[in-house]
Amino acid sequence: MKRRMLGMVLGLCALPAQAAVNVFACEPEWAALVAELGGEQVSVYAATTARQDPHHIEARPSLIAKLRRADMLVCTGAELEAGWLPVLLRQSGNSRVQPGRPGHFMAAEQVERLEVPAVADRALGDLHMDGNPHVHTDPRRLLRIAEALGERLAAVDGANGDHYRARLAEFRARWQQAMAQWQRTAAPLRGVHVVSHHQDWVYLYDWLGLVEAARLEPKPGIPPSAAHLSSLTATLKDQPAGMVLRTPFQDARPAEWLATRTGMQVVVLPYTVGGSAAAGDLFALFDETVARLLEAAP
Amino acid sequence: MNRVISARLAPVLGLFFTTAVAAQGSVTSNAFNPAISLILDGRFASFENEAEGYELPGFMLGGEAGLGAEGFSVGHSELVFSANIDDQYYGQFTVAIADHGGETEVELEEAFIQTLGLGAGFTVKAGRFFSGIGYLNEQHMHAWDFADAPLVYRGLFGDQLRDDGVQVRWLAPTDVFLELGAEALRGERFPSAGAANDGKGGFAAFAKLGGDLGESHSWRLGLSHWRADVVDREAGGHNHGGAAEEHASFSGDSAVSGVDFVWKWAPDGNATERSFKFQAEYFLRDEEGDVTVVAHGATDEGRYDGTQTGWYAQAVYQFMPRWRVGLRYDALDADNDVDDAHAAEHAGLDAEGHTPERWSAMVDFANSEYSRLRLQFNRDESSADADNQVLLQYTMSLGAHGAHPF
Repeated sequence: MKRRMLGMVLGLCALPAQAAVNVFACEPEWAALVAELGGEQVSVYAATTARQDPHHIEARPSLIAKLRRADMLVCTGAELEAGWLPVLLRQSGNSRVQPGRPGHFMAAEQVERLEVPAVADRALGDLHMDGNPHVHTDPRRLLRIAEALGERLAAVDGANGDHYRARLAEFRARWQQAMAQWQRTAAPLRGVHVVSHHQDWVYLYDWLGLVEAARLEPKPGIPPSAAHLSSLTATLKDQPAGMVLRTPFQDARPAEWLATRTGMQVVVLPYTVGGSAAAGDLFALFDETVARLLEAAP
Repeated sequence: MNRVISARLAPVLGLFFTTAVAAQGSVTSNAFNPAISLILDGRFASFENEAEGYELPGFMLGGEAGLGAEGFSVGHSELVFSANIDDQYYGQFTVAIADHGGETEVELEEAFIQTLGLGAGFTVKAGRFFSGIGYLNEQHMHAWDFADAPLVYRGLFGDQLRDDGVQVRWLAPTDVFLELGAEALRGERFPSAGAANDGKGGFAAFAKLGGDLGESHSWRLGLSHWRADVVDREAGGHNHGGAAEEHASFSGDSAVSGVDFVWKWAPDGNATERSFKFQAEYFLRDEEGDVTVVAHGATDEGRYDGTQTGWYAQAVYQFMPRWRVGLRYDALDADNDVDDAHAAEHAGLDAEGHTPERWSAMVDFANSEYSRLRLQFNRDESSADADNQVLLQYTMSLGAHGAHPF
């Protein structure tokens, strides 16, 4: 009896230590996806928030400390984190999350990417040679990433493989249902012309059939200039667009400046989980995105 | 990773990377070339005093210490090669090409390997590298927020402490960032000299603590210590205008201890619009040994026991995308005891009753992450003869994407 009691006590003590796979997610969308697929078996940390531009993050001490203890790293890749992730990896002293290890998962590598530049010349802006990295704005691509990530979680935490596969199957079913619903309600958006701040929404346009008429940045990564915005007003007079889209972390002024001169509406899309009060998880993110686009659509 | 690296190479080599890969579908031998980045640094400098006559009374100058050339010049052009060597090692190689006194010199600035896969928080670096002491020391000069080194770095380290050796770092498995590091160094480069103890003349240790306060603030605090057995360190400063037959040198023990602090702010942690950075470092050096002066065939020797301290504080504010302004204050103090006045004077160790200080202000503009133009003004009271200095600088980076260290 005593022995059995002791065994139970020891078992309880051991639980928290082995319970959760520690996941370091570079962006909130991947933190949300890991939480969907891992449930109580994972403990996930998001390195950035929806109010931060994932291009411009510094390798802060707190991030290095977090990566040091991670069992797994889930990031976008395709050079989105080129300025800070390599520094974190080299300073973390953590072999489990280095490239080539199962604990190193890059979401953009799992799907086909758009806007892969044919010519590498920085006169064309801050190009990502692996293509546009903002893949999570297309729910079809997000599902493919979820499938790869579920398998990867099962590989990293083999003892709970069935748990991840079951959660993945359940997520897939719910996601496909939600996607069908979004596609139905978003049907009027097909062919609508929009202006974007940076090339954040290429995959969303690809999914919903929106047409990108112009960008506020003259070149990728170069902030909008007065000269470029003036030239846009002229272009948009000839070929009007319905709305100008920006993320919560982008400067509000260029979009508003252009909107007042062209009669367009400014739409702030949540961009990622946490980007608006309502966008609390991946489902709500797309609910909100589709709803805001429909509100502003002509 | 290697695909990324070769892609970064493409701008340098002018290759049409994606089309080439799509057409061939095979890996060519140059696909594994390391990431290459080239830093171009050019400047225009205007001083009221003669740049050659620069001195910091009480400090024996060496290394890169000095004002640099007046008028138009190219500063340090750097060529950096880096890549993961395999799954266990990372390697980096930096060549600096700079003019010194009208001659172009090629210098091996860094050449090190670093482990990736040790785990348990350990990282080992070996080769030639910037020491982990202080805050600015590990950063390349072109990443600094001002065009020149703080006076305390100029006076104690000859701008930056760099040596050959081995470094071990350990990162604690805690939520707060705690890193401990130690270095065994050759001890041949200024401020050491002579590669004492069979080429193991120097030693350094550091501890760094850091974290975030909410989403908008982050900070790091560091403690450092460096020591070396110095053999015949030549004084490169205190120029007497053509008295080349005078040589002053120091042999003995040198130890530097320091504390550094950095605090950064950006609204919601998003530095694209506005951000603020404050940093301050303080160093104290203790030296004890002999100073020898050989002048006009005669040798003077003096016992030297000195303490030199210095600090700087600077603040940089990005008030809109791409534009930043900064302010810096430097102060030094030397308390040297040399029992031969002639030796003290020639070694630059005579403080001449002066405590050096300097105010600097700068404004810079970065068109993109890869280019920066900077205008800086210094009110430099390094010596009793105060100087007004204007520096106009460009720093451009070609090739591989630069790192965003904290």
